[in-house]
Amino acid sequence: MKHLLSINDLSRDEAILILDTASELARISDGPMKKLPTLRGRTIVNLFAEDSTRTRISFEAAAKRLSADVINFAAKGSSLSKGESLKDTAQTLQAMGADAVVIRHPASGAPFRLADNQWMSGAVINAGDGTHEHPSQALLDAYTIRKHLGKGAKDLSGLRVAIVGDILHSRVARSNVLLLTKLGAHVTLVAPPTLFPFGVESWPVTISYDLDSVIPQVDAIMMLRIQQERMHEIFFPSAREYSRYYGLNRDRVNALNPKAIIMHPGPMNRGLEITADAADSARSVIIEQVSNGVSVRMAILYLLLGGAPIEGGIN
Amino acid sequence: MSYLLKNITLPNGTKAELAIQDGHFVAASSLTKGHKMLDMGGKQVLPGLVDLHTHLREPGFEESETVATGSLSAVRGGFTAISAMANTSPVADTAGVVEQVYRLGQAAGLCDVFPIGAVTQGLNGQTLSEIGAMADSAARVRVFSDDGKCVFDPLLMRRALEYVKKFDGVIAQHAQEPTLTQDSQMNEGEISAQLGLKGWPAVAEEAIIARDVLLAEHTKSRLHICHLTTAGGVEIIRWAKTRGIQVTAEVTPHHLLLTDDYAKNYDPIFKVNPPLRLESDVLALRAGLADGTIDIVATDHAPHSSESKDCEWAVASFGMVGLETALSIVIKTMVETGAMNYEGVAQCLSIAPARIGRYENHGQSLEVGNVANLTVVDTAAKWVVDRDLMSTRSKNTPFHGFELPGVVTHTFFNGKLVFGE
Amino acid sequence: MKTVLPAPDISRAIVRIAHEILERYDGAESITLLGIPTRGAHLATRIAAAINAIEGGEVAVGTLDTTMHRDDLRTRSPKALLPTLIPAAGVEGRHVVLVDDVLFSGRTIRAALDALGEIGRPTSVSLAVLVDRGHRELPIKADFVGKNIPTSRSEVIKVNLIEVDGTDEVTISEGGVK
Repeated sequence: MKHLLSINDLSRDEAILILDTASELARISDGPMKKLPTLRGRTIVNLFAEDSTRTRISFEAAAKRLSADVINFAAKGSSLSKGESLKDTAQTLQAMGADAVVIRHPASGAPFRLADNQWMSGAVINAGDGTHEHPSQALLDAYTIRKHLGKGAKDLSGLRVAIVGDILHSRVARSNVLLLTKLGAHVTLVAPPTLFPFGVESWPVTISYDLDSVIPQVDAIMMLRIQQERMHEIFFPSAREYSRYYGLNRDRVNALNPKAIIMHPGPMNRGLEITADAADSARSVIIEQVSNGVSVRMAILYLLLGGAPIEGGIN
Repeated sequence: MSYLLKNITLPNGTKAELAIQDGHFVAASSLTKGHKMLDMGGKQVLPGLVDLHTHLREPGFEESETVATGSLSAVRGGFTAISAMANTSPVADTAGVVEQVYRLGQAAGLCDVFPIGAVTQGLNGQTLSEIGAMADSAARVRVFSDDGKCVFDPLLMRRALEYVKKFDGVIAQHAQEPTLTQDSQMNEGEISAQLGLKGWPAVAEEAIIARDVLLAEHTKSRLHICHLTTAGGVEIIRWAKTRGIQVTAEVTPHHLLLTDDYAKNYDPIFKVNPPLRLESDVLALRAGLADGTIDIVATDHAPHSSESKDCEWAVASFGMVGLETALSIVIKTMVETGAMNYEGVAQCLSIAPARIGRYENHGQSLEVGNVANLTVVDTAAKWVVDRDLMSTRSKNTPFHGFELPGVVTHTFFNGKLVFGE
Repeated sequence: MKTVLPAPDISRAIVRIAHEILERYDGAESITLLGIPTRGAHLATRIAAAINAIEGGEVAVGTLDTTMHRDDLRTRSPKALLPTLIPAAGVEGRHVVLVDDVLFSGRTIRAALDALGEIGRPTSVSLAVLVDRGHRELPIKADFVGKNIPTSRSEVIKVNLIEVDGTDEVTISEGGVK
């Protein structure tokens, strides 16, 4: 594994190795060993062409706990919005000796372009690209699910997970579908018909337009952020109607089975896809997802950068 | 200069020799002394190829292509006539611009460059451009198109179809429903869903084709559909032709070979408008071309500078160069698959496009008395496409590294050897 | 391949090391055994059992993974982490005895000392190994040794333990890669 561009880059065993490594790192970090020397002397660039405080901070914390040098490069809307300068930026980072680039970009596939060997040779980690993928988020979600519901198992066999909301535009949903099914979970996607991608019938999931019929049957429910601008693109008539059919509220929380957990990749639109009492309920693991994110990203950085440099092409 | 081409194979497969003098085919016996004799070793000849859909980028974007470099690229690909699309800067929407492009073509002197006039002023989709003046200009424009943009307003489309009847013109429609394709990046299908790239549904193309064939029927005018890409579009054209509607259709070489699978690594070299579709569409397009539903192959040669392709998919430009690979792709996809013989190739790459464009002296039979526009191709030879060795000023070929059949060895334009030795 | 330490010798060595440790620290009270996974951890458990059999108490025992502190990380592909389990009493004010199977270059022990330094400040740190085969690359020496086995660099020492390998035995063989 040279880059982490897509969950498709990972075999089932590699995904489990990341989760296992993350749980060991979490145990060390929860104890007195906050900082590890493993990546001392390595330079990791956070290249964020799109706002995302939480993902950037999570990667930054992970890198620093492994003693890497971190350079933050936020370029929202400026030079980086033009393609030519993504290439120039990549070559600059290469010249500066970046060992890895963590990239968040509004264009789907931008990390793939960055990983092109003619641009730069360091490891590329996709921290969310357009409406394509967000692999580290899926890994932390799988980690959180396994920790709560795994009963010591390595994978997620037999667990039922619902992902609810804007599937069409969600990179979190795409990565989670790939990863959770790879790990044996049964995934149900719930959304209004306008917010499913074309051809979703061929995905290895169940699809449903009816949240209430799905709620009692799942072990974990993952609510996706609904972007305000989707309303203007006529994907649904109003925020109120969306919340009524697809929002997680108190009644729906009560209909969940007793051990089910509530997840959200953040940032939340409280009152739209999730009500405050659902987000803050005892079932919610939303805050824990954030801390798990640091351990999972430490594991990713260690496994990509901790060993001998890998020569060669993408993946 | 006069030539005697020995040992050639005509499109119908018969062996022959051809004599050229003073720009025309002549009887071998009437050749004057001092002619050059070329033994073609049995190679295939075709009437000089005619491209009805070329982007030459001059005036305005000369860093990507000029009329001269495009002409050189054309003759290397076996073309003796190309059609310069209107989306230059300024747009070819006046007699002045089309005459300028036409004269640049004459000055380059390698092939005929026939300008295509814009249907609407500045391609704005709202006001008709001075179509009559362009038709009457020195460029004698007969094909009008807003290519790159769809003539979306149905009333405007109706008027345009009616107006060109005055001089036997044709409207070449870029069929793309704009509201269904806002920010679209590639074919809408399982792959676009997986890649997170905004989809471009087939229906956005088919809806416009359906509307426009009905308008062509109603106005009894000539309609040409640019770059057909979907199986559904082929069906609509087939239906329209059975009703006697005067519609013709084209397919590009890349849509005869490539599918949306190529988008999977996000390399925008495969980003094109209209987008690469599915295998089933490719097969339907080949079948449509073989049975005559689709009349012609046109390149949609669209040069772009490297920086507009060496970037993220979403910000990259649409388009591919194609003049130098078109014939080879047609041989690979149509001849080698047994769907077509060389008479069919001559039909779809020369005779039919010349007829649609009303291009005199092109697409004619290789008979004594006709203007000597012809192409010699070694159909047995293979070559590997190298973007750095092409004559076009831009390198955005999706076929770099592909091994293709058919090497153009000679191109004669008005009896002059403009390519080959 | 030759057996240099058969099962009964391993058991005797463990008991002897247990006695030596107790003698050095005057009882089990202040001792924390930390085994280096994988085989060092099992040896630590066995030494702890021997100490408990002698003293009748419960000596503190845990594991310490050195992977993240190794100085040779960049020379091979990343390895999966092994557990670090520090007993509840921690390491502050304790006599920590690191336990490993084979002492060779000393680099693992250096990494273990670094890892230990991150956790806390023990009163003292000592080292127990089943086999010392020589060829040190760092100024490190073992305090408690099951058996010194002089080797050439190219020879391979393999410690087999029932918990991992199904048998108790130390073997030596020629060549190959350790």
